[in-house]
Amino acid sequence: MSSSTADPRLASAGPPRRPIRLSWSDERLRAIVWQILVVGIVGSIVWWLWSNTVHNLEVRRIATGFGFLQREAGLPIGESLIDYDPTHSYLRALTVGVLNTLKVAVVGVILATILGTLIGIAKLSKNWLVSKLASFYIEVIRDLPLLLQLLFWYTILQGLPGPRQALNPVDGVFLSNRGMKLPWIEWLPAHNWALLAMVAGAVGTWAYARAMRAKQYADGQPRKIWPAGLALMVGLPLVVWAAHGAPFTPDIPALRGFNFRGGISISPEYFALLLGLVTYTAGFIAEIVRAGIQAVNQGQWEAAEALGMRRAEILKRIVLPQALRVIVPPMTSQYLNLTKNSSLAVAIGYQDIVSIANTTLNQTGQAIEGIAIIMLVYLSISLSISLFMNWYNARIALVER
Amino acid sequence: MSDITANTAVPHQAGAERRQPPVATTGIVAWARMNLFSSWINTAVTLALGYLVVRWTIGFVDWAFLNAIWSVPVVNGQAQTQACREIKGVGACWAVVTEKHRFILFGTYPYEEHWRPLLVCVLFVALYIVSALRRFWNWRLIPIWVGTLTAIGILMWGGVFGLTYVPQERWGGLPITLILSTFGLAFAFPLAVLVALGRRSKLPAIKTLCVLYVELIRGVPLISLLFMASVMFPLFLPEGMNIDKLLRAQVAITLFAGAYLAEVVRAGLQTLPRGQYEAADALGLSYWQKTGFIILPQALRLVIPPLVNTFIGFFKDTSLVLIIGIFDLLTAGKTAIVEPAWQGFGIEVYITIGLIYLVFCFAMSKYSQDLERELNRHRRR
Repeated sequence: MSSSTADPRLASAGPPRRPIRLSWSDERLRAIVWQILVVGIVGSIVWWLWSNTVHNLEVRRIATGFGFLQREAGLPIGESLIDYDPTHSYLRALTVGVLNTLKVAVVGVILATILGTLIGIAKLSKNWLVSKLASFYIEVIRDLPLLLQLLFWYTILQGLPGPRQALNPVDGVFLSNRGMKLPWIEWLPAHNWALLAMVAGAVGTWAYARAMRAKQYADGQPRKIWPAGLALMVGLPLVVWAAHGAPFTPDIPALRGFNFRGGISISPEYFALLLGLVTYTAGFIAEIVRAGIQAVNQGQWEAAEALGMRRAEILKRIVLPQALRVIVPPMTSQYLNLTKNSSLAVAIGYQDIVSIANTTLNQTGQAIEGIAIIMLVYLSISLSISLFMNWYNARIALVER
Repeated sequence: MSDITANTAVPHQAGAERRQPPVATTGIVAWARMNLFSSWINTAVTLALGYLVVRWTIGFVDWAFLNAIWSVPVVNGQAQTQACREIKGVGACWAVVTEKHRFILFGTYPYEEHWRPLLVCVLFVALYIVSALRRFWNWRLIPIWVGTLTAIGILMWGGVFGLTYVPQERWGGLPITLILSTFGLAFAFPLAVLVALGRRSKLPAIKTLCVLYVELIRGVPLISLLFMASVMFPLFLPEGMNIDKLLRAQVAITLFAGAYLAEVVRAGLQTLPRGQYEAADALGLSYWQKTGFIILPQALRLVIPPLVNTFIGFFKDTSLVLIIGIFDLLTAGKTAIVEPAWQGFGIEVYITIGLIYLVFCFAMSKYSQDLERELNRHRRR
């Protein structure tokens, strides 16, 4: 192979080019004609739709543009991660919507991955009952529309008793038709500093692990990482917290009048949406994880057993790294699906970006802009997830010659 | 190696202890020991899970069957639901389904004409079964589909052959779900094949168009497309021209499904060995001859199982039209419990609708699994 490329006589690329003939039998001419034809048709359809739209907008006296974003929104939003009230602008309302979408998507992706992996492994269990239950769950969950499941969970949550008769499974936790109430602590600057210390500790642990691995490569001696990790990620924040006087005031929800005071609350809409998304996506992730583990050759298990490794160790060091290569690409599309499916929130009244943009376009009549905003938000989220997962996929991919 | 007989000649010792018989490896007890109680941790898991399963099953049977109410008296057209309210939480009130099943299945279609949507549903199911049989996998399938879909259109609309005309606004329930998914599929599939071919084309302009279409549609949720269909479509069309809501949703669903199916078909085109393309070129076949006679028949056969899975997803996704107010099965169910007498009996209705979806999707998924096994038979040893 290398000798042929070195030969100067063969270096010129391909056969000699001949001029295009004006005949239908010329391949290049056909290619150009086809492309002009297709682009022309698609272009003229788009132009036709566009000119209709411009005309219709003129007739209906709808001004285009994003000027409406600065106007006062006047739409109430139930839950928000940032400060918001109806006097704020549409731009801020839409930002709240994006944050609400991200809130449900990020938490949903993490929980669905955990639950899905557990169920996928359960399906491969040697215990007949465990594996049959996992199969049953996967089959039923995947055969029902997500919207139906969301409505089902939401109906169940709404059927719970009111705050006065709230279910109280554990001390401090209340479950009623107003949502879930959990105990929390009074958040002070000291806690922020402790959190910051924890992040710094995590970075430090990572750097330490890298250095130790480099040493292991040099002399072959494995070194323990967890004591340093524990000291950096738990010890350091505790010290910082203690240095600030170790403030700790529990904030336990209690019934006052007709509703609860204190603690943090999870709205029934958010809870139903999260529950539906997590259980639904977990069914798909379970199948991906199962297929990934099964895709690893049986010989890998046997070879590792022959080396005297324990089963958990084999799964961790031999099988999972190989299975991940099969798992990651379809997992990416499940994460994308979960994010896109979170738009079903509009059906049960959780105010995500679709719901708020929809209200905005009903109030202002800016249909095109409203839908463009929805699409833009989802396209950017999808693109970021794809980029991240592609980076991760490239990292774990098999390095071949 | 030569003295094999040495092994068999175990010296019999008269004073040896009596040995235990080997542990049984067949029969129910042995199966249970191997699959349920192989170690103490497995035994604990089995017992705990078994307890929960039995408890929940008993609870569910109590709620759904033993304590359930199946019908309630109707006085002056008003259902008397007091009995149902009294057993709330203890027993199911299936009376809501008994009372409302016609509405859930067929929506506001004229009551005396309900045999028509029923026949339409039967025709759809028959069409699915025929399409699933491998002996019909040839050109005959096309006239069968065209014929059946035309018959369905005539039955739903009426206005000819002595059938009374029923405007599209009165259609609803299961037929809408089946129409949206089946017509969507029938139009999306050819589109998907073209787009998949276009995406693998060497012509840059065509390739760019196809990539743009697929990636744009796959990057946004179906809801945004449905919103687009319901609020932006009227702006796109010239003044005075108006197409109805169902058709607009149908277009959105078709475009959506087309992008996803195109990716599945493209996967099939990519798995096909290059030799097939080169051999067809060497025979001097034109692009369309090569594609139609050599590539597509093999590529599509490769991707039938994932195609069926996409159909399942797509069948479920038609329920999203609830959000733009089209009267499909789920919307009909949700509307049935708006009436004050039946408020609060959502669980029963949703379980019933869920069962209908489950039957369709489970049949498709079982079929896809069997087909996969059948088509991969030559790969198994």
